[in-house]
Amino acid sequence: MFRLFPYIRKYAGWVLLAIVLLFVQANADLALPDYLSRIVNIGLQQGGVESALPDALRTETYDHMLLFLTPAEQAQVQAAYARLEPSAAGYADVAAKYSALNGQALYVLQTLDVAQREALTPIVGRGLVTLSFLQQLQSDPEKMAAMGQGLGFDPSKLPPGMTLLDVLGKMPPEQRAGMITAIQERFATLGESMINQMGIAAARAELEALGVNMTVVQSNYILRTGGMMLLITLLSVAATILVGLISARVAAGAARDLREAVFVRVSDFGSAEIEKFSTASLITRATNDVNQMQMLTMIVIRMVFYAPVIGVGGLIRALHTAPSMGWIIGLMVVILISLILGIFSVTLPRFRKIQTLIDNLNRVVRENLSGMMVVRAFNRQSFEEKRFDRANLDLTNNVLFVNRAMVVLMPLMTLLMSSVSLLIIWVGAHQISQAQMQVGDMMAFMQYAMQIFFAFMFMSMMFIILPRASVSANRIADVLEVKPSIVEPENPIHFPEPFRGEVEFDHVSFRYPDADENVLCNITFTARPGQTTAFIGTTGSGKSTIVRLIPRFYDVVEGAIRIDGIDIRQVPQHELRAHIGYVPQRSNLFTGTIESNLRYGDEDATEEQLQRAAEIAQAKEFIEASPDGMATEISQGGTNVSGGQRQRLAIARALVTGASIYIFDDSFSALDYRTDAALRRALKKYVGNSTVFIVSQRVATIKSADQIIVLDEGEIVGKGTHQELMKTCDVYRDIALSQLSQEELA
Amino acid sequence: MSNTPASKPVGNGNRPSNMAVGRAGGPGPGFGRGGPMGMMKGEKARDFKGTMRKLIGYLGAYRWVTALVILLSVASTVFSIFGPKILGQATTKLFEGVMGQIAGTGTGIDFAAIGQILLLALGLYVVSALLAYVQGWIMTGVSVDITYRLRRDIAEKINRMPLRYFDGTNHGEILSRITNDVDTVNQTLSQSLSQIITSVTTVLGVLVMMLTISWQMTLVALLIVPISLFIVQFIVKHSQRYFRQQQDYLGHVNGHIEEMFAGHVEVKAFNGEARSVKKFQGLNDTLYGSAWKSQFLSGIMMPMMNFVGNLGYVGMVVLGASLAVRNLITVGDIQAFIQYVRSFTQPITQLANISNVLQQTAAAAERVFEFLGEADEPAETDTPVEVGRVHGAVEFRNVRFGYTPDKIVIKNFSAQVQPGKRVAIVGPTGAGKTTLVKLLMRFYDVNEGAILVDGHDIRSLRRADLRHQFGMVLQDTWLFNGTILDNIRYGREDATEEDAIAAARAAHADHFVRSLPGGYQMVLNEETSNISAGQKQLLTIARAFLVNPPMLILDEATSSVDTHTELLIQEAMRRLMQGRTSFIIAHRLSTIRDADWILVVNEGDIVEQGTHEQLLANNGFYANLYNSQFVRVEE
Repeated sequence: MFRLFPYIRKYAGWVLLAIVLLFVQANADLALPDYLSRIVNIGLQQGGVESALPDALRTETYDHMLLFLTPAEQAQVQAAYARLEPSAAGYADVAAKYSALNGQALYVLQTLDVAQREALTPIVGRGLVTLSFLQQLQSDPEKMAAMGQGLGFDPSKLPPGMTLLDVLGKMPPEQRAGMITAIQERFATLGESMINQMGIAAARAELEALGVNMTVVQSNYILRTGGMMLLITLLSVAATILVGLISARVAAGAARDLREAVFVRVSDFGSAEIEKFSTASLITRATNDVNQMQMLTMIVIRMVFYAPVIGVGGLIRALHTAPSMGWIIGLMVVILISLILGIFSVTLPRFRKIQTLIDNLNRVVRENLSGMMVVRAFNRQSFEEKRFDRANLDLTNNVLFVNRAMVVLMPLMTLLMSSVSLLIIWVGAHQISQAQMQVGDMMAFMQYAMQIFFAFMFMSMMFIILPRASVSANRIADVLEVKPSIVEPENPIHFPEPFRGEVEFDHVSFRYPDADENVLCNITFTARPGQTTAFIGTTGSGKSTIVRLIPRFYDVVEGAIRIDGIDIRQVPQHELRAHIGYVPQRSNLFTGTIESNLRYGDEDATEEQLQRAAEIAQAKEFIEASPDGMATEISQGGTNVSGGQRQRLAIARALVTGASIYIFDDSFSALDYRTDAALRRALKKYVGNSTVFIVSQRVATIKSADQIIVLDEGEIVGKGTHQELMKTCDVYRDIALSQLSQEELA
Repeated sequence: MSNTPASKPVGNGNRPSNMAVGRAGGPGPGFGRGGPMGMMKGEKARDFKGTMRKLIGYLGAYRWVTALVILLSVASTVFSIFGPKILGQATTKLFEGVMGQIAGTGTGIDFAAIGQILLLALGLYVVSALLAYVQGWIMTGVSVDITYRLRRDIAEKINRMPLRYFDGTNHGEILSRITNDVDTVNQTLSQSLSQIITSVTTVLGVLVMMLTISWQMTLVALLIVPISLFIVQFIVKHSQRYFRQQQDYLGHVNGHIEEMFAGHVEVKAFNGEARSVKKFQGLNDTLYGSAWKSQFLSGIMMPMMNFVGNLGYVGMVVLGASLAVRNLITVGDIQAFIQYVRSFTQPITQLANISNVLQQTAAAAERVFEFLGEADEPAETDTPVEVGRVHGAVEFRNVRFGYTPDKIVIKNFSAQVQPGKRVAIVGPTGAGKTTLVKLLMRFYDVNEGAILVDGHDIRSLRRADLRHQFGMVLQDTWLFNGTILDNIRYGREDATEEDAIAAARAAHADHFVRSLPGGYQMVLNEETSNISAGQKQLLTIARAFLVNPPMLILDEATSSVDTHTELLIQEAMRRLMQGRTSFIIAHRLSTIRDADWILVVNEGDIVEQGTHEQLLANNGFYANLYNSQFVRVEE
């Protein structure tokens, strides 16, 4: 997988940017539950009051509250609140906010920094809570009696007309200090969170008493927080879309670059490399595998990178919100991963098997289709159907197994998710009752748990997707890492002018890469301009290999091939091939017209040249018979013309080059004898002074060659004319006898 | 070799691998078929309703099971829908408890009540999951079963169709019906069907639940629907344009790659590398332009829907809070409502996309049904003649034939062949030499006239009985992926191993078979490339020997076979022909001249017939052909 990095390195910056944006997106996504929890906690539960530190206090409340604070605390509060007399400037503005003030003086909270607020909040909170607690006591004598005993005084002995608070105010400082300590001790058992919430409730009551419209405060808070939520959502959407844009461009760009790298590399390949991979496999690598990489890149950027970010982020926030419930997430992740891994370890081998079974099914059908005549001739339809049924059943059973195993995944996942929510509520409820947590926190925790759930789900999916993708990546890298075996000379030299085209094989041996044995051994001969040199031999004798060495589709292993005295490896490949008209064994035409195919030999060829080439190649007749003539459309590979026609067009294409050397690599096999003969006659007439090579299986095709080279197992076993070889060469005679009757051989 | 035309692997290779991805991600969440958000090519069936009716007809056999599946899906969905509502109650209880604690008035949190609620919810979830699984289990069974049946029907159909059909259809297309199209149908049945049911039930159920909580909030939530639909439609419309473009350009790029790789030798030979790379770069850049746009647009759907979802979420909370302040709604209800809203958008997106899925399914199903609906071979005769083993007298009586009625190739052909005679069929490449053979075997029926065997019109025989009279050795040596023994026994399954070996000996195949690893038990590989072309030919001769038919059809090989094997084949064929009426598609002059009768074919029709000497004397097409083949090229 990493082997492809050098080819897509230029996208590293973009990918980094995408990761940064993913962090933005993840943080935005993670912040949302936080806001939800605030809306519930503060907006609903606390009526929109954020802290136990009210902006203003009635003088009475202020004085009473101070009673329950230590002198040090009192000093802090006094520094924070300033008394505002009705006569003071700015009173009117403040009074407008507090409709129940009725022209009385009040204490207003000064501007404080965060640290000061944090220090002050529990103090004021405790003071307010104690105050409101005592106020409640006053309205309930029974409770007060019980309470008083605990604190060491008898409320019933209060002087008439004096409230408890009045008494407290008149108490000597030492006695009061003792009482304050007792109160503080009691509060300590409640926990800070509870005091804070109670403080907020008290603060709200105070504000309400000041005449603040609490409904407005609440809805303002909710709207404000909701607005923030929307802003954050927008931020998240913007980040997501940007990531989408980057990932789409990077993925499509990487695919484009890889595709081009493969294409260019394959264009530089010699035949040896093509055969090593096979054409079909190279095509799959340049198309399917590259597309897989494109999909993978998208997924990697958008999900693989995102899942850990949100997963870890969610984990941090969840643990921050409620560390005591962390074990639930741990439990969830363990169950989730073992669930996914469990199901996939059962199904994955079968998944792989399914692909083979599909191939198997296809094979059976393909065999049935290609052998249709034989199947019917032997009346074996039912046998074929049984064969198909076996393949079909095999496939069906495996698909059934896999699908049934996979079907369990969704309900189980949903169940797991729901159960986790239930568990969080149950455990959370207990913690809430112990005042270790608030309801909103619990709800936020649930959201974080879900995010972690999905993150881990995606990550485990990756473990399934990545190995598949790495197969594609490796297949592409395999191609890119191959160095072409045919290399340009470092100091190229050129053929002497005028070019004659005398081809000389000098003790040439050849072996395919990775092969143990030579295909050609010690081949020596000279082919002269104006002569036809023919090669014959059984399949595998190496006759086609010989001619493929001339245009350097392969390089010789030993010896040398020289044209006009120059080793062909010292000449630029393009210059060499420009002198050769080559017709392959199985010719390929390209999509286009007959004309565009002929012009592939020479783009600047004149109309006349095309016509003449078609005539020599015996293609003129059928071209003219077609209504569109030279403009007749040719489909990919030339499949819309017959094999013989394709072959003749390929020959014409080679002739258009006007080369001095022609190679017909078994090119006449698809032609009937009549056309074969006519074509050879025409060749002789028009390109008689070229060097011509003909490879053939048919004795009739090569009988008239100036020089016939008989090959057997890679070695020359005979060289001469037909007549000479009939006398001297056993191999040649055997071949000839199997094809022609005695009289024809004469 | 390097220039093997390789258009198939890509065309076919493409789809199965897509399918595999679709499968892997299929039942799980995430990666549906056809790219992100299940967006695919806008493929449409010509007759959507008719095809769907047929498909439902296929489901007919499972009508009770399907009804059960629908019931289970609905039940499972309903159970899961109650979940949030009940959970909401738990939260409310909790909230009330907490508020009580803070105010110092309440009795604290009622854990017994919360525990009960949670247990109830857990029960619902478990039941829902169970129902969902049972539903999935059953539906998987049904869809897999239907897939199996469709494939079987196609495979059996292939053997009942006239050969004519396959002239105009390439194998890849039929294969694609058996695998891809059937698979698409399968996926729809196993996933989309229950998805439709679940989505509809969810939408309705959620709607009801939301209404029971608060109609005001429901109204706000419903506002999301048109917005979502609008966004989905908008994005789908735009991204599909680029998606189609991307597919088109991808096709061009892949086509060029295929062509240039397959024609690598030509590209090299004609110095076309630079031209080819330049064209590639142009195509590749165009592809890039549409590829990233389509990827981007299809990826934009999720965040957009998320945004709309969140918009609704905030709206819900704000509205909910203001309602809660007035004590019109509880906090738990808000929580439940939010969950409902979340489970509301997903099925709506799914439903919006479902018409696409159905269209695609209909298109796939239509292709399958179309194939199954093709005409069978003409029916067998009701009153077949029982012929036993014929003598092998063959008569063509005023035969008129064309592959299509408007293109008659054989105009009026008559000939009589005595039992045991050899008939050579000669003519230039592509002249239609195999047509006669196809008529003899009744792969095609004559348009007019008749072919008679031992005086019986071959149409009065059962096809199997007629074909049993022929042994066939074709140039295209068809063997199947099985043991050599099974391949020889292909024509006569009941033959003993001894019979088969005797046949192999007669066909000069015994010797080479014994030299192979495993001998007669050696399994021929898929491409039957583990034995040589000549050896394959010998096996097909052995196969014909074993059947021991009174008549033979031989197609001489032109392909390259080494000299030794070539001699063996000739000898084996000669031996096989002894005492049998033989029709030989001849390429070798010796064969032609040894024949008792020669039929000369050109452009499909029989243009001359006679013995070698007669035909040469005629100085017609045959003489011309003969002379041009074996006359030396003038110097």
